Formats: sequence, C-alpha cells, structure tokens
Amino acid sequence: MEVTSVNNNFKSEEYCINMGPQHPATHGVLNLLLTIDGEIIKKVEPDLGYIHRSIEKMCERDSYQQIVHLTDRMDYLSSNINNEAVCLTIENALQLEIPERIKVIRTIIGELTRISSHCLWWGVMGMDVGALTTFFYGFRDREMINDIMEETCGARLTMNYNVPGGLMLDIHPNFVKRVKAFVAHFKTKIPEYDSLLTENIIFQKRTKGVGVLSKEDAISFGASGPVARASGYSCDVRKYHPYSALDRVTFKESLMTEGDTFARYQVRIMELWESLSIVEQLVDNIPEGESRVKTNAVIKLPKGEYYQKVETARGELGVYIISTGTKSPYRLKFRSPGFSNLSLLNHISVGGKIGDLVAIMATLDLVIPDIDR
Amino acid sequence: MNLTLGIINNIHDWLFGVMPEGMAAIVEMILIALVYLGIFSVVGLFLVLMERRVAAWFQLRIGPNRVGFQGLLQTVADALKLVSKELTGTTKADKFLYNLAPYFVIISSLMALAVFPFTKDFQAFDINIGIFFLIAISSIGVIGILLGGWASNNKFALIGAMRSGVQTISYELSIGLSLLTMVLIAGSLQLSEIVEVQKNGWLIVQGHLPAIIAFMIFMISGTAETNRAPFDMVEAESELGAGFHTEYSGMKFAYFFLAEFINMFIIAAIATTVFFGGWLSPFGLTESIPWLGVFWFLSKTLVLVFLIMWFRWTFPRLRVDQLLTLEWKYLLPINLVNMVVMAFIVWLNLTIQF
Repeated sequence: MEVTSVNNNFKSEEYCINMGPQHPATHGVLNLLLTIDGEIIKKVEPDLGYIHRSIEKMCERDSYQQIVHLTDRMDYLSSNINNEAVCLTIENALQLEIPERIKVIRTIIGELTRISSHCLWWGVMGMDVGALTTFFYGFRDREMINDIMEETCGARLTMNYNVPGGLMLDIHPNFVKRVKAFVAHFKTKIPEYDSLLTENIIFQKRTKGVGVLSKEDAISFGASGPVARASGYSCDVRKYHPYSALDRVTFKESLMTEGDTFARYQVRIMELWESLSIVEQLVDNIPEGESRVKTNAVIKLPKGEYYQKVETARGELGVYIISTGTKSPYRLKFRSPGFSNLSLLNHISVGGKIGDLVAIMATLDLVIPDIDR
Repeated sequence: MNLTLGIINNIHDWLFGVMPEGMAAIVEMILIALVYLGIFSVVGLFLVLMERRVAAWFQLRIGPNRVGFQGLLQTVADALKLVSKELTGTTKADKFLYNLAPYFVIISSLMALAVFPFTKDFQAFDINIGIFFLIAISSIGVIGILLGGWASNNKFALIGAMRSGVQTISYELSIGLSLLTMVLIAGSLQLSEIVEVQKNGWLIVQGHLPAIIAFMIFMISGTAETNRAPFDMVEAESELGAGFHTEYSGMKFAYFFLAEFINMFIIAAIATTVFFGGWLSPFGLTESIPWLGVFWFLSKTLVLVFLIMWFRWTFPRLRVDQLLTLEWKYLLPINLVNMVVMAFIVWLNLTIQF
C-alpha cells in the first residue's frame, strides 16, 4: 500500500509543448506539437499551414509560362529543378523537340542547385546538432554557386531560368570557366566537411542508431530522395526515369542500408560527389545551338492528363496537370517530397530524446514552403 | 621594492590613520569590492569581445571591428543597449524568485574571483581552504539557473533548468576530484601556497601523467560546469530556443550572459593556478619583478580561455543522456583511479622537480 502511494507521489506526467512555429530547429514556420515525458518524446504531431499560399490553386488561374515562376517559391532551395519539372511536363504535352544544348545546360544547373542545397543542408545539420561553425563553411561554398547563378540566371535564389521551350537566356560566357573552378574548389572542400563533422565522435554518437527507418516503412510512407535511399530503397528518379541529359552521364546511386540519421547524412555527402561528377562530365562539352525553342505566345496544352517526375534535392517531385485545352490548367497537383518525408517524423522519432528529434528533422531536410505550398 | 603594493599599503595605513579601526576596515572592504567589480566588468566585456572575434576567426568571418579600435568598444555599446532595454517578464512568473535568480548567478561568480592570486600579494582573500571555497561557491550558481528556469513559468526554460541541475551536480564531482588529485601533490588547499609549491616546476610537470589526466578531466568538466558547448544542454539553441533564460531580457539577461563568461574565466584561472603555476613566470624569467605576475597569470588564463572557446566552435553538442554517461561511466572512475595513482606517486616521491 505504502509503495503505491510513494509511486503516486513521484508519478511522472506527460506534457505538451509547442515546438514552433517560431523555433530555430524547425527551419521555417512549422509547428510541432510534442507530447513529452521529461526528455523522452511520446508523440509528434506536425501542424501545417502557416505558410500556405495556395500555389496549386493559383496555377489554375495563371498561364503556363507564369506557373513556372510560382514553382520557385515551393522548395526554394531546388528552385531550378522545380522549374525544370514544370517545363518538362509542358514540353512533353506539346511534344516539343528540345535541343541537346538546352538539355545539357538544364542538367548542369540542376546538379549545381542540388549541390548548393546540400551545402546549406550540411551547414544547418551541423548547427542543429550544436556545431555552429559548419554553417559558415557550407555557406562559403554555396556562395560560389550563387555567384555562378547570379551571373547566368540573374538571380541567386529564385532563378526562374527554365521556361517552357528552353532557357530564359543563354549561359554567360564565364559560365564554363567558373563552374570548372567551382568543381576544382569543391573537391578539396568535401574532405574538409568530413574532417569537421562526419568524423567527429560526438556527431557520430548523436546520429548513429537514431531515428531508424526500415526499408518497408520507407516505401509505405512514400519516402523518397536521400531519406529513402538511406534505408536501402533504390528510388533515384534520375536513374529510373532519366530526364534532360541525365541518360548520357554515368553516376552511382547513393545507397545505404542502415536507415538511421547517420546513413541519411552520408547519403547526402555521397550525392555531393556524384553531382560533382555529373557536372564535370557535362561541362566540358556543352553542344552548340539554340538556347530556346520558339513556342506560341499563349501556350495551350492539348486536352488530357500529363505527369512528370524529377529528383529534387529532397526527393521525388511530381507534377500532374489536367488540361482541358485552355490557356491554364484545369487542375495542377505537385507531389512534393517534403510532405511525404514529414509524415515519417512521428514514426521514427518516438522514444527518442528532444536532441534526437532535432537531429532527425535535420536529416529529413525539410523545407517548409515545399510542405505547405 | 614594489610600486603597486607600496601604494596599496600607503592607502591602508592612511585609512587606519584617519578613521576608527572598524570604520576603516569597512571602507577598505568597500574599496576592494569596487576594484574587483571593475575587474569583473572589464574581464566580462573583454571576454565577450574575444569570444566573438575567436568565433569569427573559426568561421571565416571578421567579427565586430567597427566600434572603437578593433571593436574594443563593441561590448560596451552592447552593454549600454542591454541596460537601456525594457525588462519584460511573464505574467504568471513567480516574481520574487524570477527577480532573484540572476543575482545568485552573478554573485557566485563574483565571489569566486576574489580568491585568485593575480600576482604575489595581489589577492583579496587569501583563505586557507581556497580550493574548497571555489568548489563550494561555483555550485551556488546553479541555484540561480534552476530558479530562473522554474520561476519564469516556461516549459522550455524548465527543461533547460532541469538539465542544468543534472549536469552541474554530476560534473561538480569531477571538478572536485580532479582538483583534489592536484591538492595531493601540492599539499595545501590555499591558493597562494599552491602557487609557491610550483616554484620547483609547474604542477602539471611535477605530477606528470596523472596531472595531465587530471588537467584533461578538469577542462572537460569545467566546460560542462560553465554550460558551454559541447555541453550547452542548458541553452541548446536548436533544441530549447534559449533554455533557462528564455524569459529574461535587458540587464537580467546580461547578468546571466556575463556570468557565463566570468565562469569561463574562473575555470581557466583555476586551471592556471593549480596546473600552470599561476602568476609564476616560466623558468623564473621575471621573478625579480613581481607585478609582471599579473601579465603571466592573465596570458596563461587567456590561452586556456581560448582553448575552451575552441571547443565551443568546433564540437557538436552532446545529447543529455550521453552527457551523463560520459561523467558517471568514464570521467568519474578514471578520476578515482587517477587519484590513487597520484597518491602513490607522491608517496613514493616519483614527482619531477627541478
């Protein structure tokens, strides 16, 4: 009898805290309702909608050229790849023949975007586990890509470089030179990333065995991109449904089998090497030719349904257009990688500590405007 | 002999000459307290600037260099801003404890500063249980953090405060034991005595292997004790926002902030005094000029402060359970064995003396 009363006195109580929408670890306006018992997480409920801008609905109003510009604002870190997805869908529907030059440039720009996104992710990953210095190292290298983009596309974040039928403008004369300089520079910097963070014993202790995601769960939750590949689910769209110039380059799909936070981290570091190799293979022989195919001033897609998927830095982005033959789509749906990856969060972080949740969130690499659209 | 000490003695004599004895003692105490407050604020402000410049250096940045020469007045400007800011607080906070908490933190670090021998005879309070006093005083600070976190009625602050309680209680053991290891070889708890002993070689050299291990443990647990990265569980920016001082603003926040830097200075100063010969110059270079001791003391301390900053800007943060594992499963057993080894070394006279 007495024992129970003592236990009652020291009964631990679960309580609920709001992590976000203004919280350093949620990287944007995501609200997580955490139910925790002391430090141990019992439940995570993501609460979305703080940055919802109805992009899909706006697309039903706009012309096809205008839609491309909206996609920049979804996953702003892989804006060029988003643009490319919409452009490819429209071009496939119109059955436009795209010259080799455009395809090659699109692929180079896409891979550079992926590298820049992963650079930012790497910096923020370090920051989330407490090593603030990584942030500046990641940004130093990202800055070089931003400069290349600024020169060629005219913008550093929302580039709007792809248009239906090709590219907005031809590449800048310096482009090839600067990309080569970047590749040479960055090859010496990835080992630096490894020695600063990957090989750090505290970092490995923080990430190994944390947030383990099995291959079955990865498939059933609809995970894609590095998150799914770290669990051994081979799902690289670039490999299985190559688009643009990706069918003529050789690269390895980055795969790990552990499925924990450290595996997700390593997959992204491997992807940095692979993207560099893709850029390196293509940048030396960009074919001559037109940078834009002439399209009608008002694009009208033939009646029907069109789907195209690409691999953004976060995973599989699908664009699904239903057209009734008018100048804007009847319905447009984006299948965004971040949304599906976010749904994993409760599944893999329950039972961990608050620190684990932050590390897991960092390797899911969520961009909130991509989730909310 | 010595200009500075001469002036101090003159003031002492003059005070006791013009006033009754009790009055003079009180006035003298107040004067010394004011001097130490001055040292305290200068050290605090300088360390904040140093931290920012060091961080910038590690992070490919320049850091504050506009206000004053090389940014020397930057922290003064920041302090002025903090003084002039409005003090906000939560309505449901426990007002009394909420307001009391910063003073616990700041007073404990200020009191610890008093016992250090900056140079020969430049010491406010030469107590014969100096090491014991330091350990005791430094554990008062955690009460302030616990109170602050609890009284501000914020769940994030509460988690931070609880973490701090767990962390500080654990790591105090290691600090105490590693210092006791060195007390074995020094043979005294009095800080001035410990410095005198090191005239035959710094204790880290005299005690060789166990002293080096004790130094490493002391630096690790000292970093943990001051709640700095990689042990900044208490603030853990990416996890808890700002931790225990989430609800503090203005000067109350500044007290917590300054105390953190003063504590870092104190940890480095303890290490300097106990392991690296305090104000003694290397190889007795400037033994004839005692006031240069301040220079040696400060430069040794700043090197160790730089080391602690280096930790902070390089390592990721530990998780809270790993923090406790490190202390209870690794540092504490190593420390106990190390102490026995040190006892044997002192007993068998295996110390290295010049």
